[in-house]
Amino acid sequence: MNVNLEIPEKKETINDEVRISVRDLNLYYGDFQALRNMTLDIPENAITAIIGPSGCGKSTFLRLFNRMNDLITGVRVEGIVELDGVNIYDRDIDVVELRKKVGMVFQKPNPFPMSIFENVAFGPKRHGRKNRVELEDIVEKSLKQAALWDEVSDKLGQSALALSGGQQQRLCIARVLAVEPEVILMDEPCSALDPIATLRIEDLMRELSKNYTIVIVTHNMQQAARASDMSAFFMMEEDRAGVLVEWGATEKVFTNPQDKRTEDYITGRFG
Amino acid sequence: MKQKQRDSDAQAAAVPANELGRRWRLGEKFIESWIYLAGLLTIVVLLGIIILLIKEGLPIFFDTPPWEFFFGTKWYPVSEPPTFGIMPFFVATLWVTIVATAISVPIGIACAACLSEVAPEKVRETVKPVIELLAGFPSVVMGFIGLMLLSPLVQSVFHLPTGLSGLTAGIMLAFMSLPIIISVSEDALRAVPDEFRQASYALGATKWETIWHVCIPAALSGITAAVMLGVGRAIGETMTVLMVAGGALAVPVSPTEPMMPMTAAIASGIGNAVRGGLQYQALFAIGLILFILTLAVNLIADRVLERQKRKFQR
Ligand SMILES: Nc1ncnc2c1ncn2[C@@H]1O[C@H](COP(=O)(O)OP(=O)(O)OP(=O)(O)O)[C@@H](O)[C@H]1O
Ligand SMILES: [Mg+2]
Repeated sequence: MNVNLEIPEKKETINDEVRISVRDLNLYYGDFQALRNMTLDIPENAITAIIGPSGCGKSTFLRLFNRMNDLITGVRVEGIVELDGVNIYDRDIDVVELRKKVGMVFQKPNPFPMSIFENVAFGPKRHGRKNRVELEDIVEKSLKQAALWDEVSDKLGQSALALSGGQQQRLCIARVLAVEPEVILMDEPCSALDPIATLRIEDLMRELSKNYTIVIVTHNMQQAARASDMSAFFMMEEDRAGVLVEWGATEKVFTNPQDKRTEDYITGRFG
Repeated sequence: MKQKQRDSDAQAAAVPANELGRRWRLGEKFIESWIYLAGLLTIVVLLGIIILLIKEGLPIFFDTPPWEFFFGTKWYPVSEPPTFGIMPFFVATLWVTIVATAISVPIGIACAACLSEVAPEKVRETVKPVIELLAGFPSVVMGFIGLMLLSPLVQSVFHLPTGLSGLTAGIMLAFMSLPIIISVSEDALRAVPDEFRQASYALGATKWETIWHVCIPAALSGITAAVMLGVGRAIGETMTVLMVAGGALAVPVSPTEPMMPMTAAIASGIGNAVRGGLQYQALFAIGLILFILTLAVNLIADRVLERQKRKFQR
């Protein structure tokens, strides 16, 4: 089969160290089942893309890993999600510790209505870093990592809301990096951005994937093909429950899908 | 009739787009001018009040120079010659307002945060209307409650000769301004976009940290407005303080003393003041000061909010 997508050079070997593994996972919003029988491994220091039609449960799936679904009333989770071999749905898991380890970038840039500095320092401050000099170091380092430092270094005290959308999203990434997470979740991080800002974020993701495990939800097939190492394709069943159809190396999923539905979805849009 | 209606409908449908646009703009103009008129009316009434206060109150300064009026500690309107020093009333108002604010602001904000961030939807839906209902509680009744229940309590707890004191009045006023502080702060907190909370939780902040470091700062302008409304109520409330503050004419050194705030002084004095007489003028001057005081509170709040906004918003 022949998909008209450019697939850039990927890492020689995808790290086969499994970071997160999902086993027999079912998730319900009240009576409605949103995820069914999900079993999937997410490799360390790579970018895993979640793709699929709207409403198939991609965001819900992503929110499993930092337990943001806990904030929604009526959510019930069955099954196991292991991070480094520990089931994060165990009763004695400290959610605050978990969220320090697993950061999240949202679809719409959502900086706090505070200064740029305060935004980045927010996480470290909550986790006990109060020393001003130390905080300044963290802020500078995080902003540099997020490729934003050069643009904001002279206006750290200004409101974060005065930045452009793309800058705001990079600020949100910096804010996550400041907590020194190990896993970064991104839910359509570029959907509110223009193509140039999008490419910048993708470059940034590539750079970060050397040291971080990244899981990204995207509607943009090119983006998934361009930027990810692994891809997982979700679909809805008749009762609208999301299921995993196919997952594997991005190159394989895009050029040689094993499942007819994956092929239809990818080609239906771009073939 | 129906036919006519249909005709006009057809006509309306046949009107070209720019004609519709013109009509729409005309309607908008009309509404705009109404709003303009209403605003103008408010300003006129306000100006009228100021002019009245000035006209009736200012002449007192021909008799009693301003410094004697403001800093004088003796209010003897019927002795010969009468003296009009309002320091006792001014300090009383200060004490009562400080007590009321110190109690109502922290409790009010805490309650609002509880309702908006912690309480389940069902609880919020029942508690909020009840609280708002309390805002309209008649102040005479509050005065009675203060007289019957609170003042004996204050008297025995603080070992006072009388339970009627600035403290008692301040506590009652705190109760009276709580509903408005809670209600308005709660609205402000609920208007904080959920994205901020999500971001905070996702960074590993606890619920408490999210409320304290994200929600309250983000809602600060609304909360400040709530506090100002509450303080305004405390400064302006008359009946309750008249009943429970004790009504003593000395400059109160501590809030536990009986005292007479400015509003109570006006209310109790105006009945036997001769129209146009010195006491009458003095009371109006106190009214003028009250007015300026509340205006100042509002202006300062505005200034603070403006600075806050300039700092953190686009
Ligand atoms: N808070 C919620 N309460 C109830 N049902 C929900 C909630 N959030 C999502 N759902 C349902 O769960 C299903 C999956 O939603 P989800 O947001 O995860 O989809 P998605 O794949 O991210 O969609 P999109 O691509 O449009 O963002 C949908 O049917 C949705 O209606
Ligand atoms: Mg989604």
